[in-house]
Formats: sequence, C-alpha cells, structure tokens
Amino acid sequence: MSTLGILLTLMLLAAFSYYIGRKRSLALATPAKRDGNDLHSLPSYYGYLVVVWAVIPALLVFALWSTLETPLLTSNMRSHLPAEYQDKSADELSLTTNRVLNLARDPAQLATADPIFKAAAEDYLQMQSMSQTIKTILVLALAIAGVFIGLRHVKPKTRARNQVERVVQFIMIGCASIAILTTVGIVFSVLIESYRFFGQVPATEFLFGTHWSPQTALRADQAGSSGSFGAVPLFVGTLLISAIALLIAVPLGLMSAIYLSEYAGPKLRAYAKPAMEILAGIPTVVYGFFAALTVAPFIRTLGEAMGLSVASESALAAGLVMGIMIIPFMSSLSDDVINAVPQSMRDGSYGMGATKSETIKQVILPAALPGIVGAFLLAASRAIGETMIVVMAAGLAANMTINPLEAVTTVTVQIVTLLTGDQEFDSAKTLAAFALGLSLFIVTLILNVVALHIVRKYREQYD
Amino acid sequence: MSTTTERVKATLGKRYAREKRFRFYGLASIALSILFLVILLADIIGKGYPAFTSTYIKLDVQLDAQTLGVSADSTPEQLRTANYNTVVQNSLNTLIPGVTERKEKKALKSLVSGDAQYELQRRVMDDPTLIGTNQSVWVLADDDIDTYYKGNIDRTLPEGDRRIKDFQLTWLDKLEADGRIESQFNTIFFTRGDSREPEEAGILSALIGSFYTLLVTLSLSFPIGVAAALYLEEFAPKNNFWVDLIEVNINNLAAVPSIVFGLLGLAVFIQLFGVPRSAPLVGGLVLTLMTLPTIIIAARAALRAVPPSIREGALGIGASKTQTVFQNVLPLAMPGILTGTIIGMAQALGETAPLLMIGMIAFIMDVPSSVTSPSTVLPVQIYLWSDSPERAFTERTSAAIMVLLAFLVSMNLLAVILRKRFERRW
Repeated sequence: MSTLGILLTLMLLAAFSYYIGRKRSLALATPAKRDGNDLHSLPSYYGYLVVVWAVIPALLVFALWSTLETPLLTSNMRSHLPAEYQDKSADELSLTTNRVLNLARDPAQLATADPIFKAAAEDYLQMQSMSQTIKTILVLALAIAGVFIGLRHVKPKTRARNQVERVVQFIMIGCASIAILTTVGIVFSVLIESYRFFGQVPATEFLFGTHWSPQTALRADQAGSSGSFGAVPLFVGTLLISAIALLIAVPLGLMSAIYLSEYAGPKLRAYAKPAMEILAGIPTVVYGFFAALTVAPFIRTLGEAMGLSVASESALAAGLVMGIMIIPFMSSLSDDVINAVPQSMRDGSYGMGATKSETIKQVILPAALPGIVGAFLLAASRAIGETMIVVMAAGLAANMTINPLEAVTTVTVQIVTLLTGDQEFDSAKTLAAFALGLSLFIVTLILNVVALHIVRKYREQYD
Repeated sequence: MSTTTERVKATLGKRYAREKRFRFYGLASIALSILFLVILLADIIGKGYPAFTSTYIKLDVQLDAQTLGVSADSTPEQLRTANYNTVVQNSLNTLIPGVTERKEKKALKSLVSGDAQYELQRRVMDDPTLIGTNQSVWVLADDDIDTYYKGNIDRTLPEGDRRIKDFQLTWLDKLEADGRIESQFNTIFFTRGDSREPEEAGILSALIGSFYTLLVTLSLSFPIGVAAALYLEEFAPKNNFWVDLIEVNINNLAAVPSIVFGLLGLAVFIQLFGVPRSAPLVGGLVLTLMTLPTIIIAARAALRAVPPSIREGALGIGASKTQTVFQNVLPLAMPGILTGTIIGMAQALGETAPLLMIGMIAFIMDVPSSVTSPSTVLPVQIYLWSDSPERAFTERTSAAIMVLLAFLVSMNLLAVILRKRFERRW
C-alpha cells in the first residue's frame, strides 16, 4: 500500500476507534445513569483513548520505518554490488549508487541498462517493494491490535481524561522540541560536512587564504586544476556589500522610524506604515531581479557618464537594493525601541525648554541606544545572510577589493554556485559550501544572540 | 531682561532651523523609501504588462492528406506524427512567395513559433475531418516578432544592430497590411509549463509546484506551530532549563539566514533520509522549519492576548487545564493564529534561496502531479527566467513577478481582513 494509502487507512481507523470507544463506554455505564455520570470521564475521552492506542504506536513505527528505509535499502544494495565496484574509492561508489538509484526510479532507462546495474536496480526495487509490504502489514496490524488493547481499557474506573491529556501534553512537548531539533540538525549537518572539508583543506588556508577558485580536478593530469579555497575575498565581498546596504538602510530606517513615531500625524502613519510593510513583504527574488536588470545598468550608465569604469555586476547595485530591502526591517525594529522609551522622559525634556529634535537627539536616542544597536546588529545579520539579491546582482569572481564599483562575490553566492551545479556530493567543492555555511551560521548566530540579548535586557529596564 | 533669556533668544533662530532640518530629514527618508517602492513596482509592471498579450499570425493552411501523409481514418498515433511542419512551411511560402536564399528561407520559417505545427496537430487530432480542407488559423508568432510588435525593437536602428532584418520587416509590413497580424491575450502564460522558447513558456507548472509545496508546509507547520505555542504559553513550567532553551532556539531560528535551512535540507532530508530531490515534499519540509518560528511567535502573541478571566472562568466551573485551553482559550486566539499563519505562508511562498539548495531549479515542463514529483516553484521560476537573455523572457519574468505579488497581496489582505473582523480587544 502506498504511504498515502496507509495514512488514510489509519485516519479511517482512528475515526472508527473513536466511535466504538465512545459507544463501549456508554454501554458499560449503568443504564440508569446513561449520561455517563458513573464513568470517570466524559464518553468522548474513552473514544480518544482508543484512538491513542490505535494510532500512536502505529504512527511511530511507520515514521521510524519510513526514515530508516531508504538509507538501509541503499546500503544493502551497495553491499551486494560486485566486488570490483566495492573496492573503488568512496566517491566512485557513491556515483555508482546514484546511478543504480536513478535506474530504479526510471523504468524506461532500466530496460536498456548495463546488466550489472540492471540487476542491482531490480534487486533494489524488489527489496523496496518487500519493505513496503512488511511496513504496511506491520503498521496496520499494530493499529488493529491497538484498537483491541484500547477497548480493553474502556472501563468506568479508567481515568481516560487524564491519560488522554497526558498524551496530548507529550505531543505538544514534542512539537515544541522541534525547534531544538532544527538547530541541532543545522549544527550537525554543517559541522560534519565542514569537518570532512577541513580534512582535505586546512582550516588556516580556508580562513586566511586570499585566493578563491574552487575548481577541482576532474582528472589528475589536468592543468590549473588544483582548487584553492582561501575564503578571505568572499568575506571581504560580503562585508563590502553588507556595509553599503547598512549605510543606506540604517539612516533611512532610523529617520523614518523617528519621524513616524515622533512627528507624523495619524493620517500619514496610516498610509506610510503599510507602504513600508509592503516593502518588507516583497520577496527577495524580486529585489534581485530589480537589482540585476534595472539598478545595475542604471549605475553603470551613470558611472560611465561621469567617466568612471563600473562593472556590470557592481557591489554598489547589489548593496543599494539590499539596503532598500532592509529599510523596513530597520525602521520597524527602531520604531519598537523608540516607542518603549517612556513618555515621562520626553515630558521632562520639553519641560526644560528643549525642542522636539533636541529631545530626540539628546534624550530619546541615548535612552533607546541599546535597542537601536540591537536593531543594527539584526539588520547586519540579515544583510550578511541575504542570498537572492547577491546571487542575481553580484558577481561570481572572487575579487579582493573594497571598491564598490567593482564586482565582488559573497559567501552566500558561492554556496549557491557550489551546490546548484551537477557534481557529486563528496567533492571538496561541495563540502566547501558547507564550510562557508558554517562560517555564515556562526557569524549570524553571534550577531543574533548578542542583539536579542541587548534588546531583551533593554526592554526590561522600562517595563 | 536677564542675560540667560537673551542668550536663549539669540540661539533660538538657529535651534528652530535645526528642528526644521531634522524634521525634513525624517520626512525625506520616508518619502525616499516610498519612492523606492513606487519605482520598483512601476519598473516591474512597466516591464511585465506586455507579456499578457502575444502576437499571432494568420496562416491559410492546406491540410492536404498527401502532404500530411495521413488519411481521414488514420489512427491517433499516425495523426500525432503527421507532417504538420511542411504544411506550415507551404502556407508561409504562399504568403511570402519568391524566397530562395537559404538565410531568408530559414528566417521565413522562424516567422512563426515552433508551436505552430503543434497547434495544427491539436486541431487535427480534435477533429480529423479537417484533413483535406483549407483552414485559416491564427498561430503564435516567434518571440522576436512579438518583441518587435511590442515596440522593443527599433526599426530605425542600423540593420546590423537589430534582431529583425530589413527583408523580414518588409514581410511583416505586408502581413500587417493584409490584416494577418493580431495581438491576443496570452493564455499560454497561464496554461503551460516552462519552455526554452519564450513565446511558449508559462507559469502553470511553477504555480502548481508552489501549491503543493505550500500544502506540505501548511499541513505540517500549522499543527506543529500551534501545539508548540500552546505548550510554551499555557503548560510549560517557568524557569525550566529546557523550556528556556526552546525559547532561545525559536527566537534564534527566526533570524537564521534562509540559505542555511537549505543546507540542512540537503544534508539531512536528501542525503540522510533519502527524500526525493527537487520534490515539493522536501521543499515543504524545509519551508516548514523556516516558517515555524514565525507561526509560533504569532500564535503565542495571540494566546497571550486572551485575558486570564477566560481561563479562570473555565477552571472555576470545573474544566481541566487541557479542556480550558482547547475549548476556551484556543478558539478565542484562533483569528490571531490564522493571521500569523497566513503571513508565514506568504513568506514561504516568496522564499527562493533554500529551494535552490535542494534542487528545485530543474527545468520543468510538465505540471507536477504529486508532492514527490520533480517540480519548481514560482519564485525559482522567476530566478531561472531572469537569467535568460531574451527580451521576451525579461517580460515574462516581470509578469511572473506580478502574479507572485498578486498572490502575496491577496494573502496579506486576507490576513488584514481576518484581523479586522475577528480580532477582539478586551
């Protein structure tokens, strides 16, 4: 039975278990008290109890089996390959594995394939269908057994509500823990692959090397094929574009926030705020398109009119558009912190005869400074991690320059370029992407933690 | 008058000027931000609206059985593979007679799109009695011709600088004088998948791919997000290490760059668990992890807005904690939770970077049929098209952006309406 079929059957079974569990509890109740008064819980809780017994063990087994199925089947297939394939390097083995898996997915190719691969693919398919059959039988048997066990628990004395509520609570804890699992997953996936990368390329070369050209050899005798993985040009490029973006976003965002919260009348606020929110809601791929097709050519023509040589993928264009994207982010964060400054501080300043702008500059901004620094750090983290704009509008060549009119490349651009081509998963090239991802994750993590800490600490001060 | 007052008075003019300047800076930055928005939208709409029409050319075709190599009682398979190409070419040759040079012959053939012969094929297969008759058929023009008619190729330029040569222009002028050129609404854009030929490219497969991806995202992130928010807001013990850890993680994940989620998807879902690449399933899983923080944070805010008196009332008449939360608090918080969910979905709809990592950038012509078939999504389609040099693709990219923005605007409007109608203030 297909995955969807199993899930639907389980759902039907759940509905059925609820129905009979509830009915059974009513039948067990003393006829004189049919409302269920001598049952410990409401009849529906007995229904839920049976559902819990029927569905949860079955679902757990189903999930576990489905997760482990593919890896186990693949490794089984690998171990059955002829010895000559087994002895080869890990890279080639994984290439062979992928070839067999592709054959197994595509019946048209299977018919005409090399007999060795064909046998392996057919073997794989057979094992897969066997695994699916066993899974179906096991899961459904567990579910049906669960119904019977559940029904045996339906007795007036059973504390059905408490049991069901406990299960519900465990499910909720499980859902909340997904946040931790995600972080662990991110850390492990980038750490493990980065570890493998640093086995091939020394960490010092990666962190301090100034030459980035991740082309590795296809054949050992190829010329100019030794990839070099010095990431400094990428870090410089990322910082350059982020700096341009922040140079635009921070003053504009901050001034907009000040004007909106201190000066603007309700009417202007009613229109300007949603307009800013629209700016925040536009997908980054749209900004990227705008940067690559409108802003970059515009800056190039403008620069050439002034006698400057501007690269067609200048850092300035990408940074400028990224800055526009971050304005609303900066402005809404600053708006929050400015509004958190208590009115009494303003009133005090006005009472001393200060003008509004003097109050803002000398009282409100200093009071809100930690929050604004936090907002700045969050905006910086946004800029560093932003991908689509730079992928579409910044260059690919790793130039080490701080001239905003030249093309630079960034960490995120390189991750995308390294991982979207056709290559094996284990080459130094793809692993480099994970090492870049690790550095990106660490930097943004530090920025976020510091920023969130500052913002939270500051908020508590005035509450 | 005292000296202090005099000193204050003396600087007053300067101070007021400074005040005015400061005010002006504030107003200017708002105006500038809104100006950027207007320029962005105007640029996209200006580039994109011509894509909603296409240029068609009227051909008189002779569906002659001999040329086609079929007869009225051929099997559908024979009809499918019949020689429509020659029919199209013959009709072009009669329209523009006397073309002998090789280059010009080639240009004549590419006056109409490659879709022209398939258009004939569809008509004949729908109605085999057409064989042997003469028909007037509007067929799709090539994208260069389309671009010319949309005014994007300047005929006053020197011949070497434009994609349409002088002899082609004389043909086009003749066809136009005969009333054989017409601009029609571009239905292909909405009813077909991607194509290498811009005039035949559409967004349907990307739209359906987006739909499946969002379906997976919604069906996972909504229940998980609500359950997590309920636990953290209503049940979790205070000052517990694990609960604090969960909260720190949620806040942090909300600010992790989206591309990192793509790396997670690639390493964990695809490499480790063997979820098929390029499928809406794995895209949905990655986007679920991305939108969960948004939904959890919004749901918690909505739950916090329900006043304690509701809880106390329910508990007072004997409801258990779980009953109180599920039967009283949750329904009241639902509008707020739904609003947050819609905003999270809108984010997921516009997300591109992590989907590139998990292989959703394949060239997909077919409409995906399930959550495990290879597909692409609307923003990725935009990214793919934006790389193509043809002017006609730029146009379609902008049009696809307009469609994407239309979806986002309607989702956000729905959220606003929901909030306005159902949100209660206590």
